[in-house]
Amino acid sequence: MIEFTVNGKPQSLDLSPDTPLLWAIRDHLHLTGTKFGCGIAECGACTVHLNGNAVRSCQIPVSSVQGMHVTTIEGLQTREAQAVRAAWVVHQVPQCGYCQSGQIMSASALLKQTPKPSDSDIDAFMSGNICRCGTYPRIRAAIHDAAQALTQES
Amino acid sequence: MADDLLELPREAASRRAFLKTSALAGGGLVLGVMLPLTSRAAQAATAAMPVFNPLAEPGSFSPNAYVRVGTDDQVTLVVDKSEMGQGVMTALPMLLADEMDADWPRVHLLQAGAHEAYKNTLLGMQATGGSTSVRSSWLPLRRAGASARAMLVQAAAQRWQVDAAACSVSAGVVHGPGGRQARFGELAEDAARLPVPQQPRLKDPKEFRLIGRPLARVDVPEKTTGRAVFGLDMQVPDMLIASVAQPPAFGASVRGFDATAARAMPGVHSVHRTSDGVAVLAGDFWTARKGRDALKIDWDLGPNAALDDAGIMDLFRKAGEQPGAVAWKVGQGEAAVAPAAAAPGARTLQAEYALPFLAHATMEPMNCTAYVQKDRVDIWGPTQAQTMNQLVAGKITGLPPHAVHVHTTLLGGGFGRRFEQDFVAQAVELSKASGRPVKVVWTREDDTRHDFYRPANLHRLHAVLDGEGKLQAWTHQIVGPSIFSRVFPQFVKDGVDDSSVQGAIKLPYAMPNAQTRYVLCNTPVPVGFWRSVGHSITAFTVESFMDELAHAAGADPYRFRRELLVHGDQRALATLDVAAREAGWGKPLPAGHFHGIAMHESFGSYVTEVAEVSVDPQGQIRVHRVTCAVDCGQVVNPDIVTAQIQSAVVYGLTAALYDRIDLRQGGVVQGNFDKYRMLRMDSAPRVDVHILPSGEAPGGLGEPGTPPIAPAVANAVFAATGKRLRELPLRPELLKA
Repeated sequence: MIEFTVNGKPQSLDLSPDTPLLWAIRDHLHLTGTKFGCGIAECGACTVHLNGNAVRSCQIPVSSVQGMHVTTIEGLQTREAQAVRAAWVVHQVPQCGYCQSGQIMSASALLKQTPKPSDSDIDAFMSGNICRCGTYPRIRAAIHDAAQALTQES
Repeated sequence: MADDLLELPREAASRRAFLKTSALAGGGLVLGVMLPLTSRAAQAATAAMPVFNPLAEPGSFSPNAYVRVGTDDQVTLVVDKSEMGQGVMTALPMLLADEMDADWPRVHLLQAGAHEAYKNTLLGMQATGGSTSVRSSWLPLRRAGASARAMLVQAAAQRWQVDAAACSVSAGVVHGPGGRQARFGELAEDAARLPVPQQPRLKDPKEFRLIGRPLARVDVPEKTTGRAVFGLDMQVPDMLIASVAQPPAFGASVRGFDATAARAMPGVHSVHRTSDGVAVLAGDFWTARKGRDALKIDWDLGPNAALDDAGIMDLFRKAGEQPGAVAWKVGQGEAAVAPAAAAPGARTLQAEYALPFLAHATMEPMNCTAYVQKDRVDIWGPTQAQTMNQLVAGKITGLPPHAVHVHTTLLGGGFGRRFEQDFVAQAVELSKASGRPVKVVWTREDDTRHDFYRPANLHRLHAVLDGEGKLQAWTHQIVGPSIFSRVFPQFVKDGVDDSSVQGAIKLPYAMPNAQTRYVLCNTPVPVGFWRSVGHSITAFTVESFMDELAHAAGADPYRFRRELLVHGDQRALATLDVAAREAGWGKPLPAGHFHGIAMHESFGSYVTEVAEVSVDPQGQIRVHRVTCAVDCGQVVNPDIVTAQIQSAVVYGLTAALYDRIDLRQGGVVQGNFDKYRMLRMDSAPRVDVHILPSGEAPGGLGEPGTPPIAPAVANAVFAATGKRLRELPLRPELLKA
């Protein structure tokens, strides 16, 4: 039995220990906002926060998160996330939207770590998240806006 | 009301009690997914109508399959195209709501099921593709909204005993003389008794209140919270997940298999041989996938086991020895080449271009959920072709197409891939075999290796310039596979598949003599519709060769094109001029930066793109900025236009810079994003979009931004390096200083 918390709620799952966290979240906890894109940590669609850090859940065996805190897009409520979501709406970022959970998880983690990111900070942090709809310029603009909103707020 | 109309986001707060709804994980998109249906009675009651209106329900006003007004004042609009990012869920209801003068923030949206009423008039079936959504809906949806408005106004006028012309409508309220007013809901019952006007008056564009405005997309909020439901997110009670081992080579088949180890794995439900492979069913994906990996399959590799890339190009070269079928001819065509070349001072250019097979790589891998029961099939999935879903599921189950109920989810990208039915057929087969609802989930490797690829092509171009550098003759031979010969063979006429030659015929340039031929050369590699179809292939060759001619003539590439367009297509010319002006063509650029330009017309829209590019000593190409000028006729939502052009540029640029599908031993080499590369944030250019004002009918928009980008970049690379790259992707090793 593997015990950990997801979005603040304790969970215990009886799964094969090699089950990736991604599939534990999607198929067993039925939180489908975290997406499957590649299975090899190349696309970032499966990004979640593990103890506050952005990680690719497709590469993390569920057995290794024993006792840890997982946050998925459904439970992401940090002030960075709120600013990011607001900026995503202002800039009308999503198209198909499939990668956007991962983009928002990454962008929120970036702003937590680097409150005023430069373009190259954004390149470095966000290049692990693929978007096939090409929303990159809008993501960049939205991150800058969110950073500004957060700076003004604090 | 039919039970396969899906609730769209706004419904969440106000969903109607009679709908069978299911509280999916995370709430949000509430889908009418529960089984079985309750609409048989409704269908029977409306059997006399020429086309069944699946939206109709007793006590409400629904003059057509797109609009319903309830006595509770709820205005419901239907979206009959698949939302794959292109914005139909916003743009199409805008057409209805504007003509209807409905209260936009309060309208309630439904996703259409599969019904005759929702046939795409340009495609002849219910499907989303070919950049047809707005084009096919522009008048029908406006008429549908206008009819509803006229009937509501008439109902008010009769109630108030005034002339309908004395009434006006705003935001769902009819206003009459003396300050009288009535909400749509109050008029619904009376309006329902009136005849439906056949030719309702449509608004003059000056009267539009929504059309032409950059309204926020209705699907954005749900897509920032994880609540938007894509096909892969479908959950149906009692569902199994399937992972399917598919053939390692095109044309391979299962000779036999040993599933002992797979069946012994805890959690594996069953193993099934399917028409194209072997599937493992389990309660979750990871177990199904591990079960599949444990299968021992004896594949008969079939006739293509030795096929590789060289084999494909050999096929094309040999086929190209035949002249091919004439697809387009202007003036004397190719007969003009010899005399023009013999004239004093004439210059002849010949070039050969090659393009690879390409996968679609939608972010959401292929998947589909199906449930086959005795008298019906339900399909929940990310599909671009609902009518095809019905035909395929009907064929597998022996049920009539109308017994196949299609619940279209959001699509995590489409790009033409989800027009295909292979993943749908797998889900239907496996539900039929297991008796349970089954969700088929592909891995990324499955998705890349079992695609219907953009056709590889070999092109030969030949042109003659006279002594003054003016184009006198142009010939173009295209050798490549035909998509239609597989999908709709009836559309291959006299050896020409329009989807193979589009963009290389009826060019917007004024040419005295031109001829384009097509040599149909199918290979064992299945080919399909890839964002902009033939256009992304022909734009690269036509616009690259046009650049070659400009340089050979000693002319500026923009000016050279301009000369040919002055007596050609004026809409194309306008985009050329605007893109050049906005990009600062001919003005100084940062050191090491160079411009390339390309213009292309597709799907009724014109796009010119100017790429600003640098090439480093290792030959790495960097695209800094792309300036686009777009004439897509009348615009429904300018922000969606901008987003689609930005999207199409990145899609085409990814292919131009990185990708080719390689073949080895009859199968595809690339499997995942480590080898089939995607453009990322750190390489994404700034994309500026300039929309030309136009009173023309709307053109397509999801695709036309893709074709010009590859030649614009290749032309800029030539400007930067003097090297003409005639093969995609553009390879750095050919550009090393």
